[in-house]
Amino acid sequence: MRYIHLIVLLALIPPAGPAQEVNVYSGRKEALIKPLFDEYTKETGIRVNLVTGKADALIKRLELEGENSPADLLLTVDAGRLYRAKELGLLQAITSVKLDKTVPENYRDPQGYWYGLSVRARVIVRSRTKIKPARLSTYEALADPAWHNQLCVRSSSNIYNQSLVASMLAHHGPEETESWIRGLVGNFARDPKGGDRDQIKAVAAGQCNLALVNTYYLAGMLSSGIDAEVDAAEQVALFWPNQDGRGAHVNVSGAGITRSARNKTAAVQLLEYLVSVQAQEWYGKTNREFPVRDGVAGDSILQSWGEFKADNLNLAILGENNQDAVRAMDRAGWK
Amino acid sequence: MKTDTFKLRLQPPWVALTLLVAGVLLLPVIVVAASVFLSSGDIWQHLYDTVLAEYVANSLLLALGVGCLALPLGVIPAWLVTLYRFPCSRQLEWALLLPLAMPAYIIAYTYTGLLDVAGPLQSWLRAAFAWQYGDYWFPDIRSLPGAVLMLSLVLYPYIYLLARAALLEQSASVVEVARTLGVKPAGAFFKVLLPLSRPAIIVGLSLVLMETLADYGTVQYFGVATFTTGIFRTWFGLGSSIAAAQLSALLMLFVLFLIILEQYSRRQSRYHDTSTRYNRLEQKHLHSLRGLPALAVCALPVLFGFVIPSGQLLIWGMQTWRTSMDSGFFTIVMNSIELALITAVLAALLALAVSYARRQQPGIMTNSFNRLLGMGYAVPGAVIAVGVLIPFTWLDRHMSHWFTLLSDTDPGLLLSGTITILVFAYLVRFLALSLNTVDAGLAKIKPSMDEAGKSLGLSGFRLLRRVHIPILRGSLLTAVLLVFVDVLKELPATLILRPFNFNTLAVRTYELANEERLADAASPALAIVLAGILPVIILSKAISQSRSANA
Repeated sequence: MRYIHLIVLLALIPPAGPAQEVNVYSGRKEALIKPLFDEYTKETGIRVNLVTGKADALIKRLELEGENSPADLLLTVDAGRLYRAKELGLLQAITSVKLDKTVPENYRDPQGYWYGLSVRARVIVRSRTKIKPARLSTYEALADPAWHNQLCVRSSSNIYNQSLVASMLAHHGPEETESWIRGLVGNFARDPKGGDRDQIKAVAAGQCNLALVNTYYLAGMLSSGIDAEVDAAEQVALFWPNQDGRGAHVNVSGAGITRSARNKTAAVQLLEYLVSVQAQEWYGKTNREFPVRDGVAGDSILQSWGEFKADNLNLAILGENNQDAVRAMDRAGWK
Repeated sequence: MKTDTFKLRLQPPWVALTLLVAGVLLLPVIVVAASVFLSSGDIWQHLYDTVLAEYVANSLLLALGVGCLALPLGVIPAWLVTLYRFPCSRQLEWALLLPLAMPAYIIAYTYTGLLDVAGPLQSWLRAAFAWQYGDYWFPDIRSLPGAVLMLSLVLYPYIYLLARAALLEQSASVVEVARTLGVKPAGAFFKVLLPLSRPAIIVGLSLVLMETLADYGTVQYFGVATFTTGIFRTWFGLGSSIAAAQLSALLMLFVLFLIILEQYSRRQSRYHDTSTRYNRLEQKHLHSLRGLPALAVCALPVLFGFVIPSGQLLIWGMQTWRTSMDSGFFTIVMNSIELALITAVLAALLALAVSYARRQQPGIMTNSFNRLLGMGYAVPGAVIAVGVLIPFTWLDRHMSHWFTLLSDTDPGLLLSGTITILVFAYLVRFLALSLNTVDAGLAKIKPSMDEAGKSLGLSGFRLLRRVHIPILRGSLLTAVLLVFVDVLKELPATLILRPFNFNTLAVRTYELANEERLADAASPALAIVLAGILPVIILSKAISQSRSANA
């Protein structure tokens, strides 16, 4: 009878079934997501297996693998890709009170096929010395010939630009958007090249006065600890566009459960973990992105930029419009 | 036709087996080519109306530029180090191959870091002379000419390698004959040695051009819209993988056209060294003052293709190695080396089997197999990856189906998502390298050698082992090393096909560089270069020795 406690304890330990795991295909780079997965594994004992790569290529792999695919979760850094995966029938709708309560409606699929995990904004950066903030207002105004030869932006092959144009299509329709692109291209200071950090550096070096970039690149430079990067980033200032109107263009990194998922319960649990306060704080501190939920202590650099109004367009529309956006950019000569 | 079927029946089983394996390797290329029969909606009309002309023009200009630059960069040093002795010429012999270890996208990143508007050089100029941007002229590295320069600097070694090997094989007696006919020494190079080395140089050039046409990393970063960037824009941006595959098929067709053109241009010539006497070409000593220009000419490609970019990587790496060399780093290095080694050895064996089959049974079948198997080299890795996934996942589905029926357990995917699919994709992509090398080596063995072997009672595999392989040792080693170095650098197919929790050096480098964290990317990039240097040096030694082995 002395051992009754032990027997009770043993009975409470779950039987040793196969080790639980979740398999993730991630368009997000390993360094920017794996630490969170490691933390999740530490807390729950559920292993997270990871393949990273270009989202479209992983979607293709998922599509070809079909019902045999080992992937449970598809993670991407933009809503457009998730929309595409949903359209291809690669995701399944889930119901999770936790997710529905935490993730605002415009940051998730209306039917629950995917959920946003972190918010990224595409903003204007200006040369601190040459451009006064009072001269800036909206994305639309960047097409004004007054900015001739002053704007730097990366290639239209980049998804962030495609999403921005997709949002313009939603707000202004095809004709107005295309003429806006033409105006924008007319103001380019150089042929599009490099990444977003490159545009910031070009503004710092004086090749252009304005650039369109995602916020976390600027924050990443400021906190890089590399002198040249910090110097360049300090010579530019962030401007929140369209604050008197619909708000700044935002996109999300997000994830959805695959249709072939064999570890659905664990995958949903992982998804819920990713929107927990603790994980959301990590997104801010490490990736310098904005949290997808309220009540999260922000990163100091992000706080220094102040509150901003975000465009509340449902992000699924970005995916819907993506192809038309690329075609419009092709026609208008945005390389 | 009748004789062909007759021949097929006569083939020993190993030839049939070889052709079968080769046929399986052809599947991805066929899958890509077959995409032309699918409909891709109105995308072609859109491409034709807007960007297609620019893609084609830029790709042609790029290929032309790289061809024109890589050719002298490869041939002139090969000529100098082979025929002359001058200060450091011995060291340059192998150093000239070093840029081979440098991935094109990495050299692009390093030069951009150095020469861009925001880079140290231009920043220094502005600070030193109190200039503003626009006050001075500075060439823009991120442009079409810049891309030509970057690709030429890392690809010329293919031409150098093959040109040097070919020159080393030329007998001095050829030059002597030319001299007795009144040709001056320098003229002997252009009139005799160069034409005799032409097939080898052309092979080198075709490898360079194929790699140029398939390049994505460099042109994408430089903002040059080529056919390859167009393929990915169509796939990712317009969301049509069918149209993207069709564009790739078009690219393959173009390369096939070039190959046929090249073969046609030398249809009448056979380049056998018919003499049985081989005298080493004498190296002429260039004394001090005349040696310096030769030194400068040979040092230039090494300096710009290897020393400067490695130096930049080293400087970046010093800032960040403590954080980037984490516990997983060693595993990643081993993954890269393991993949490269497995693929390289398999590729050399396969190339040997296919080339030998063709030698034993020349005919339309074996000939066209040889040509087609090399096509993968001209197709972007990501497209090959999809071409590989289609048959592999099909096979997996069926295997899994039968497995479930027989054992009641669901095995999931058996082949895709393992290293097998990666190695397979690398073979499809890089077989051209080993095939060309082994083929060229085999072609130089006179048919009379085979006959001599046969008269001694050797046949089939024993003939290969006793006669051909000993002579081919150098070519086989070259084949192994070329593929090894290329697999180390390979990125796009690895990215798509690799198993869970499996990374390579190229993947690690890309993930950091793509986030524009160049300094963090430096350590894995340097590791790729370091892992590639050793094979490159062995390669050079092997070729130098082949000169004496040939005697």
